[in-house]
Amino acid sequence: MARKKIVPRIDMPVQDPAERVHNFREVALGYSLEQAMAEASRCLQCKKPACRAGCPVEIDIKGFIAPLVKGDVAGAYAVLREYNSLPAVCGRVCPQETQCEGACILGKMGGKMGGKKGGEPAEPVAIGRLERFVADNFHALSACEVLTGGNACKLPRQDLKVACIGAGPSSLTVAGYLAARGAKVEVYEALHELGGVLVYGIPEFRLPKQVVKREIDALRTLGVEFHTNWVGGKTFTIRELFVWGFNAVFVGVGAGLPRFLSIPGEGLVGVFSANEYLTRANLGRAYAFPTYSTPIFPAKDAVVVGGGNVAMDAARTALRLGAERVTIVYRRTRDEMPARREEIEHAEEEGVRFELLANPVELFGDDKARLTHIRLERQALGEPDASGRRKPVPTGEHFDIPAQMVIMAVGTRANRVLLEASPDLSLNKWGYITVNEETGETSIPNVFAGGDIVTGAATVISAMGAGRRAAKEIAKRLGIANGD
Amino acid sequence: MSARIITKRELIPGMTSLMVLHSPHIASKAKPGNFLIMRVHAQGERIPLTIADADPAAGTITIVFLVVGKTTARLNLLHEGDVIPDVCGPLGKATHIEQKGNVICVGGGTGVAAMYHIAKGHYLAGNTVTAVIGARTKALLLFYNELSHFCSEVLVATNDGSMGVQGLVTDALRERLGRDDEIAEVVAVGPVPMMEAVAEVTRPLGIKTTVSLNTIMVDGIGMCGACRCTVDGEMRFACVDGPEFDAHKVDFGELRKRLEQFHGQERADLERFKKQFGTGEV
Ligand SMILES: Cc1cc2nc3c(=O)[nH]c(=O)nc-3n(C[C@H](O)[C@H](O)[C@H](O)COP(=O)(O)OP(=O)(O)OC[C@H]3O[C@@H](n4cnc5c(N)ncnc54)[C@H](O)[C@@H]3O)c2cc1C
Ligand SMILES: Cc1cc2nc3c(=O)[nH]c(=O)nc-3n(C[C@H](O)[C@H](O)[C@H](O)COP(=O)(O)OP(=O)(O)OC[C@H]3O[C@@H](n4cnc5c(N)ncnc54)[C@H](O)[C@@H]3O)c2cc1C
Ligand code: SF4
Ligand code: SF4
Ligand code: FES
Repeated sequence: MARKKIVPRIDMPVQDPAERVHNFREVALGYSLEQAMAEASRCLQCKKPACRAGCPVEIDIKGFIAPLVKGDVAGAYAVLREYNSLPAVCGRVCPQETQCEGACILGKMGGKMGGKKGGEPAEPVAIGRLERFVADNFHALSACEVLTGGNACKLPRQDLKVACIGAGPSSLTVAGYLAARGAKVEVYEALHELGGVLVYGIPEFRLPKQVVKREIDALRTLGVEFHTNWVGGKTFTIRELFVWGFNAVFVGVGAGLPRFLSIPGEGLVGVFSANEYLTRANLGRAYAFPTYSTPIFPAKDAVVVGGGNVAMDAARTALRLGAERVTIVYRRTRDEMPARREEIEHAEEEGVRFELLANPVELFGDDKARLTHIRLERQALGEPDASGRRKPVPTGEHFDIPAQMVIMAVGTRANRVLLEASPDLSLNKWGYITVNEETGETSIPNVFAGGDIVTGAATVISAMGAGRRAAKEIAKRLGIANGD
Repeated sequence: MSARIITKRELIPGMTSLMVLHSPHIASKAKPGNFLIMRVHAQGERIPLTIADADPAAGTITIVFLVVGKTTARLNLLHEGDVIPDVCGPLGKATHIEQKGNVICVGGGTGVAAMYHIAKGHYLAGNTVTAVIGARTKALLLFYNELSHFCSEVLVATNDGSMGVQGLVTDALRERLGRDDEIAEVVAVGPVPMMEAVAEVTRPLGIKTTVSLNTIMVDGIGMCGACRCTVDGEMRFACVDGPEFDAHKVDFGELRKRLEQFHGQERADLERFKKQFGTGEV
């Protein structure tokens, strides 16, 4: 490989922290064409690209970056489209540092390749930012072109009908894949808005609803029909879908059911799950109260428990909704936090405080049962646990911090609404649906499942990967696989 | 799904209304005890309302609501022929109904409407149903005639004594329990203090008692935890585990306080709403 001088990674322009804590507009502003071309040219076009194996859907990363070096956005998009139907979303929310970028050779040994012996590794190619750039700047002539590259998609055939339950990224992927190949797809969503976690969980300042809406509009143009306020297992059952003439069903109902800590005081006023807090803010647009009528709890001191993306989103939302002091409480250290690095950095810039190696043990309230403070126990790091991360061990040292609001972002369990109504669906010991790993098929023939309801809370791209696997198998069975 | 309003009747003008909605898919599935979640307009809040009756053949469901805040006030501005943009259901676990003998159904205020559907279910399952209903005064009493069609008796309590016994539903209930027949179950739906009082009446007698909890809800499908309550010392989600629970195991104190969570914002919003729409009657 030709030696190449490694230049530093191109920074992404962002909204000024002092300003952005007062609004819900997107924080990361995106590359310009010049910036994207400069970043693209950092890629070494490796013969054996490590980055690709790091991406759960194995996008041909160097393949889409190569055209971008010359500023060919359409060429780059043509490659991306083969693998990912929501690149504008993934470019924004994938945990790149543990996936594609985490595997990029530059991040491993960049400095050395640059010629300096024993130099510090360079930063990996900003694959996610480039993906976002391509998706935001590709202007398709038709909805069909977005998904297939052709100018005309097949007309939906009413005799090839597929139903998706839930309208999160896994179902949207199934819908796009099959609609582009001529199947008639109908999506049934329990909430009044489409997009799943992309609209009710991930805040506007990280993933503008407009980006999700654009993708959904494209699916509509392809003939996908959406039904909101339809609850699988309540308004209809899986069995009925077959009676109504569907040939296959995809279940993508996501995780749900927030966990709490089972500590005293969780019933106090001012204690919320992150799901509730974020759903009020995002789905209910509570930040625009009273134009929108969903209220949200005001607090001067807010504490968020957890270290993942959900915790960062809740903390940054609380800041924007006027909290003076927002503290993230996490029982391990920063290095173990599962959140995207960028979110942790953005939260820090915005003034979110971190109380690390601390675990809540009790919540206290006043005589009106309104939360006043939270008691934490200092932790120390012990031996690595099953996940390979060092395990927090309680030290016996307690301390209190004031809080009128505590938001629990400590994970979710399987949502049982559909599952209870479908007794033939076999589940694993945690209550998630079991599927054939290759096809995504469940214990019921022609019923497929994917995303968080199979894996437990995971990522957008892994939900999409699962959707794609199931869609391929469905296409094969419907005889519309087009050889792929 | 949206739903068209087929009939609207103001049962108590400006305060309580009944609406029959065209919603065939919900009507074909709704059972006693189920509720729905609706949004009244494009910027609206999601609110839960009990399905007070369902007619699968006609494809209709009935709701009865009390005007307490901005969303119910806005709902009460709608007329026959108007369309409610988002109606989702039926949600929650249906009432557990089996043939068991004598059942007493207690309802207070708007809760009488929700109780009506449950009482009807018990009647259709072959049980003998006594209804006990209450209101401040006779003019505010709901569903007396409807309940009379199938209940073996309808006992009434009014605060001012304008009908039935003077006092609370628990006074009428106590009197009824004084008779020496076997009572298989007491069901109570209404304001939290009423359900709590009913639980205290039946607890010493060891009679199985079921209440329907009106916790705050957001999604109604088990995703947010807003509806959590403590039953038998354990956290339960009213929208998917309930809304009906064993009255003797519910932590009513917690429920009461949690219902006040958003009072500040709600009251301010209702004031704004009244100014905007000039409804003095709210
Ligand atoms: C706050 C938050 C932040 C996150 N941040 C990131 C991030 O930065 N990067 C990342 O990769 N991942 C992130 N995730 C995780 C990611 O969003 C999920 O893994 C992904 O959305 C799962 O997709 P899905 O298709 O399985 O389901 P979901 O997105 O959960 O969608 C499921 C849909 O099904 C609907 N539904 C549920 N039950 C029924 C029913 N019975 N009938 C009909 N519809 C039903 C739900 O209302 C929902 O709309 C985040 C999650 C949260 C909550
Ligand atoms: C399962 C269930 C069934 C119900 N059935 C009926 C019914 O048949 N008829 C009826 O009149 N009422 C019913 N309620 C109560 C009804 O949902 C509330 O009165 C309504 O949400 C108030 O909305 P608002 O905007 O008009 O008032 P707001 O100003 O928002 O609130 C006034 C008070 O109503 C309660 N409330 C507010 N928001 C909610 C919410 N999202 N969920 C529950 N309670 C809330 C709170 O105590 C609040 O302080 C039911 C509640 C539940 C949970
Ligand atoms: S989809 Fe996600 S993991 Fe895959 S290349 Fe894009 S940003 Fe990386
Ligand atoms: S590993 Fe990095 S440098 Fe190599 S092809 Fe992938 S993105 Fe380019
Ligand atoms: S209302 Fe959200 S979990 Fe019950």
